[in-house]
Amino acid sequence: MKFGIVVFPGSNCDRDVALVTRDILQQPTRMVWHEETDIAELDVIVIPGGFSYGDYLRCGAIAQFSPVITAVRQHATAGKFVLGICNGFQILTEIGLLPGALIRNRNLHFICDRVPLRVERSDLPWTQNYSPAQVITLPIAHGEGCYHADQDTLKQLEDNRQILFRYCDDGEPSEATNPNGSMHHIAGICNKQGNVLGMMPHPERAADPVLGGTDGLALFQGLLAAATLPVPTGAGC
Amino acid sequence: MTQTYKAQIYVTLRPSVLDPAGTAVQSGLGHLGYDNVEQVRIGKYIELLIRAADESTARTQLDRMCDQLLANPVIENYQFELTAMAIQQDQGVRR
Repeated sequence: MKFGIVVFPGSNCDRDVALVTRDILQQPTRMVWHEETDIAELDVIVIPGGFSYGDYLRCGAIAQFSPVITAVRQHATAGKFVLGICNGFQILTEIGLLPGALIRNRNLHFICDRVPLRVERSDLPWTQNYSPAQVITLPIAHGEGCYHADQDTLKQLEDNRQILFRYCDDGEPSEATNPNGSMHHIAGICNKQGNVLGMMPHPERAADPVLGGTDGLALFQGLLAAATLPVPTGAGC
Repeated sequence: MTQTYKAQIYVTLRPSVLDPAGTAVQSGLGHLGYDNVEQVRIGKYIELLIRAADESTARTQLDRMCDQLLANPVIENYQFELTAMAIQQDQGVRR
């Protein structure tokens, strides 16, 4: 399975992702500079965390004009995997591949922590290596991670089961353990087809035991297991 | 002939969107004794000069700029004011 990791000016988690896909999972991986336009040979595109274009104007707002984004849209439309982590999630909402927006954390703090998340469904390639309602722990590191969407969008996300991860405590999402004020305690969502995932937590930072946790590795391994499938489960395109 | 306009663009959070920074500033004003401040919402102000054949063309373009980049319609509203810039005789007039 061929991984491509998009590098914008200001990306800073690109090498962390490569360490997982290239070194731990031994998969062909290449860094994709944001000016590239041909990514046709890749199976998975990862938009990593960081501060693309210095977060000028809004997080992810300027990145949408990078030449690679047109190719990322085509990649997504073709049903191939797109994973946006942290700033990558913000970019995916700005370019409209995922609904909603990420706004300033409720408490205004930049939060760097490890948080419990409940896996909301385990029938997608991303989450098939987790058990239903499993609680995992992943690092978060963001100042603008509060998920916002209007009520209609939230209802669609719930009805279509597009919410993959929720902040939780002992398996139950609650205001008290919602770190950033995200609506419906949302930590990660996918598109309707299930092949585009955006999440604020960092699975790539929890994939090597030396870093104190490996709960994120199963997400990448799930993709490898899905490599033999033609398109993700439930894909409608 | 084109006219240069100054656009003053105000981007504000939609009323339904939380503004924790505004709340923090309100609290700060309260600490200064301004306890009669009831609501603080923080937005962005963008100023640009735009050349256009007429005001209507400039407005159409600005609407598009705001929708495409300057504001995120999911969380923000915008409004703008246009002012025709005086033609500067001493620097020559582009006709």
